[in-house]
Amino acid sequence: MGQFGSVTLELLNGLASSFFLFILTLLISIPLGLLMCFCTMSKFKPLSWLFQGIVLVLRGTPLMLQIFVIFYVPGLLFGFQWPTMNTGWSWFDATFSTRFIAALVAFGINYAAYFSEIFRGGIQSIPKGQFEAGAVLGMSRREIFRKVILLQMIKRIVPPMGNEIITLVKDTSLANVIAVTELMFRAQQQLNKGLIWPIFYAGLFYFLFNALITYLLKIAERKLEYIKI
Amino acid sequence: MGYFVVRNLYKSYGKNLVLDDINFSIEKGQVLSIIGRSGCGKTTLLRSLNYLESIDSGEVYLEDELLLSNEFPKKENDIIKKRIHYGLVFQSFNLFPQYNVYQNIELPLKLMEEKRKKDNLPSLLNKRIEEEILELLDKVGLKNKMDIYPSQLSGGQCQRVAIARAMALKPDILCFDEPTSALDPELTGEVLKVILELKVKYHLTMIIVTHEMAFAKTISDKVMFMDGGKIVDYGSPDDVFNSQNEKTKNFLKSSITLNQ
Repeated sequence: MGQFGSVTLELLNGLASSFFLFILTLLISIPLGLLMCFCTMSKFKPLSWLFQGIVLVLRGTPLMLQIFVIFYVPGLLFGFQWPTMNTGWSWFDATFSTRFIAALVAFGINYAAYFSEIFRGGIQSIPKGQFEAGAVLGMSRREIFRKVILLQMIKRIVPPMGNEIITLVKDTSLANVIAVTELMFRAQQQLNKGLIWPIFYAGLFYFLFNALITYLLKIAERKLEYIKI
Repeated sequence: MGYFVVRNLYKSYGKNLVLDDINFSIEKGQVLSIIGRSGCGKTTLLRSLNYLESIDSGEVYLEDELLLSNEFPKKENDIIKKRIHYGLVFQSFNLFPQYNVYQNIELPLKLMEEKRKKDNLPSLLNKRIEEEILELLDKVGLKNKMDIYPSQLSGGQCQRVAIARAMALKPDILCFDEPTSALDPELTGEVLKVILELKVKYHLTMIIVTHEMAFAKTISDKVMFMDGGKIVDYGSPDDVFNSQNEKTKNFLKSSITLNQ
């Protein structure tokens, strides 16, 4: 196998790590963001203030700093160790390393904060009449949210969510500050060996991945076009 | 006591009294129209009856059952059980845009049936849900539009769907909040015609907040004129439209000039 082939394999391995970080972050931060959004919008003021404060901090400080804090601080303060995988399957254990888990937690919480604000904007942009119509038709608040509001909200938040999701793809590279072996980390390893081109090659990977996401977002927008609000 | 009785209803926003000692009663099958200037409290009254606004004091009874007092039910399910006595048609229709005409009616009906089953209450349906919905759409003349989305309908058609949807839960009292105010003038007729038919053919008990004076005169058994949160005039259409009260006379004069 030539140099190109071995670098490609190396980068693909990094891409897998980045991809899992990306997809698992979405799986965590979307429901968590919705929960944070409900807490922020709660009529119980102390809860609302608490979560407004949390969102302020999460959005107001660098994600890189948050990754550091999540990885190092629990160990320094409480002697807490992030779990390690011991499946015996070396690729799996290496990919989902302690560092990966810590990064995932940091990403999940950070993106949940951003998503919660997008969700809040989405819910608040829906006319009050939709909530009231549901209410006078004997629907519970839960039913109104799930059956009436949710889909209208999704339609409205696709563009801003798309922005965040595309940013997330590139932000996964921040995980290399705690040496998660993601795509950018692997490209830098090549750089340290004196090879410059793999870093651009990695850039191409990010670009193609985001092109695919842009395409999927377009499809989602088209599918929701029939809802005219 | 009458069929539907409202006693000593008060509501204020801060120092501003928006409902000031509202008392009235209507009989089953009667139609009450509420008229008055914007901001006179007529919409707030309707919204209070439908639990969209709280009241400060007063009581509302339907056939001697206490429906509303200043003690707002704490449990959501209890409000829902009281709400089923009313239907409300909004000025801006508020159809659900992601559902077609049929689904707009089906959704609340299905959810209500599920809840009633859970609470061991009798079903609201007399026949299959599909037949019920088609019958409702037939009543408002939109049977052929059942798989159309609200965005493809005219305002008048939207409002007729909203009326069918409000009737689906078989309310004892159907309320209308300025049902034609958001419509182009040439579309108000079809909606008013449907509402009139509900009275003539189906004898529904209705409370209608409206600016359509001629319509109020035709359809109503009782007319209420409100001003500054108070009932100024209340009685048969003849009584109110020929009232000697200065406030009523002024209002009617201005609204007639506007209508011309």
